[in-house]
Amino acid sequence: MIEALFVGFGAAALVSALLVILHRNPVTSALFLVVAFCSLAGIYLLLHAEFVGMVQVIVYAGAIMVLFLFVIMYLNLGQDREGGAATVLRRMIGWLVGALVAVQAALLFAGHWAMGPVSGAPETGLGNTQALGQTLYTRYLFPFEITSLVLLVAMVGAIVISKGRGSRPAPGASAPAERPPRLEPGDRAAPPDGASS
Amino acid sequence: MIPPGGPLIVSALLFTIGVVGVLVRRNAIVIFMSVELMLNAGNLAFISFAYALHSLDGQVVVFFVMAVAAAEVAVGLAIIVNLFRLRESVFVDEINLLKG
Repeated sequence: MIEALFVGFGAAALVSALLVILHRNPVTSALFLVVAFCSLAGIYLLLHAEFVGMVQVIVYAGAIMVLFLFVIMYLNLGQDREGGAATVLRRMIGWLVGALVAVQAALLFAGHWAMGPVSGAPETGLGNTQALGQTLYTRYLFPFEITSLVLLVAMVGAIVISKGRGSRPAPGASAPAERPPRLEPGDRAAPPDGASS
Repeated sequence: MIPPGGPLIVSALLFTIGVVGVLVRRNAIVIFMSVELMLNAGNLAFISFAYALHSLDGQVVVFFVMAVAAAEVAVGLAIIVNLFRLRESVFVDEINLLKG
């Protein structure tokens, strides 16, 4: 049963990941990426990583993909225009390098490698979330605090980058007084009057 | 009981798909999604090793990777939006500001 579920989730993740890179429309790619992330969350649940699976759904499939879709729709991207000799060359190089990476992975799997001695975490009887929290707040406390600093810097950086220098007004932010005076409906009737004669 | 090799094979294939996506596509946002795929392949490898070794450290590392990925997506998408305002394009072969 668990093996069948794993095969199903893995196949769903791989197929939707392939569709992400093969589909022309960025919105469809983003939606297939959501499917891939949710399948990965299922695999995490099967591997007894319940907390990480839930965080995967909330953070990746929720927050990050909403950000992607928001930017795609903000930029109003349509289908990709692809074509020409450069595209064919780039595709050939890309698939060739991909095959190289796959062959390297296959060689790694075919070689002899051992897991090393299994130390085995002591069975504390805690749930996955509780045990993870205890590990995170004791042994990994310093990296955890540094992570908050990384998030703060990224937040400030994203705001500064997307705000610009101030010379170029953000779309929709321009004051009405800066716009050129709009033509009144009555003014538009004048030029055809002279052109018709 | 899932053999730990199974998730590792899925992880390797996902990473390969991400590499191909970065190299094949020219839309910067899709390239970004392929980078996310590669990060998730790394996460899956961490989780499967944590499962095989009965250890929690792999899951903690995945937690940090997710935080860094969220930060990276925020900054990267801000850069893409700024580039689109400047060049009216998100195609990476048309963005050659640094070409000598």
